[in-house]
Amino acid sequence: MGVIEKSKIDITKAPEGVEGPGFFATRIDKVVGMARANSLWPLPFATSCCGIEFMATMASTYDLGRFGAERLSFSPRQADLLMVMGTIAKKMAPVLRQVYEQMAEPRWVLSMGACASSGGVFDTYSVLQGIDRIIPVDVYIPGCPPRPEQVLDGILQIQELVKSESIRRRDSEEYKQLLAKYKIE
Amino acid sequence: MPIDSTPLDFLPIALTFIVALGFVVTTMFVTHKLGPKRKSKIKEDTFECGIEVQGNARIPFSIKYFLVAILFVLFDVEVIFMYPWAVNFKELGLLGFLEMLTFVAFLLVGFYYIIKKGALKWE
Repeated sequence: MGVIEKSKIDITKAPEGVEGPGFFATRIDKVVGMARANSLWPLPFATSCCGIEFMATMASTYDLGRFGAERLSFSPRQADLLMVMGTIAKKMAPVLRQVYEQMAEPRWVLSMGACASSGGVFDTYSVLQGIDRIIPVDVYIPGCPPRPEQVLDGILQIQELVKSESIRRRDSEEYKQLLAKYKIE
Repeated sequence: MPIDSTPLDFLPIALTFIVALGFVVTTMFVTHKLGPKRKSKIKEDTFECGIEVQGNARIPFSIKYFLVAILFVLFDVEVIFMYPWAVNFKELGLLGFLEMLTFVAFLLVGFYYIIKKGALKWE
């Protein structure tokens, strides 16, 4: 019988702040960012082989749950992160766009794999040449399909974005202009 | 031992209710104020997996479905009574068996009634 290894689970470190006996003070956007980053609810928009790789990422070996993102949301209403995985045909584009538009703020988009990011090998009339033509993308994961490690890395990149996001970003002029560029109300 | 309780003893209960209510109201208020918001026609639309909504969800549908569902629930629940009887089958003995037989007979009468009424006919 082997010795049961001690659990290596780490609790997220508290953000920088002023500490004293019985109190801790920090900036609210740091706390909000920490909470958001460690409880992302992804919406898997899987249309092809990248989706299979995503299943492996969710399963026990790679276990996305370690990063607080094990709760997949199949409704955009509760999702924070839209994970687009796979070839998006032009017929699918309005569907993807509507799913994105129906997500509640704040929302992030992860484009996984060559197809979602750029159309990949499908340089044809029927395939959307990258989802950033219709919706703004935060993080791209290269690969065809990417390995689960890369997906985890992508999620960690998203977490960094979430942590560092200003609490007022979604109300900012810059963000409104970004959405206006994509003609999203 | 004399019980001398004053209305003041119930203060902790009242406090618990106030704290519970206050927590709910505060969190809802704060989350609604802190979080970013964006409203548009598409955003507020019904979610149909990204496909345009066809028609209204509030349409009249056949009463037969409702009737069958209710009857199913009725008979389904009655099966639950069989379990405690089955567990205590030996202790309850012949009397229990006869009682259960009466119960099932009543059920069968009801079943006969709904079949006669044509409640399970779909056409």
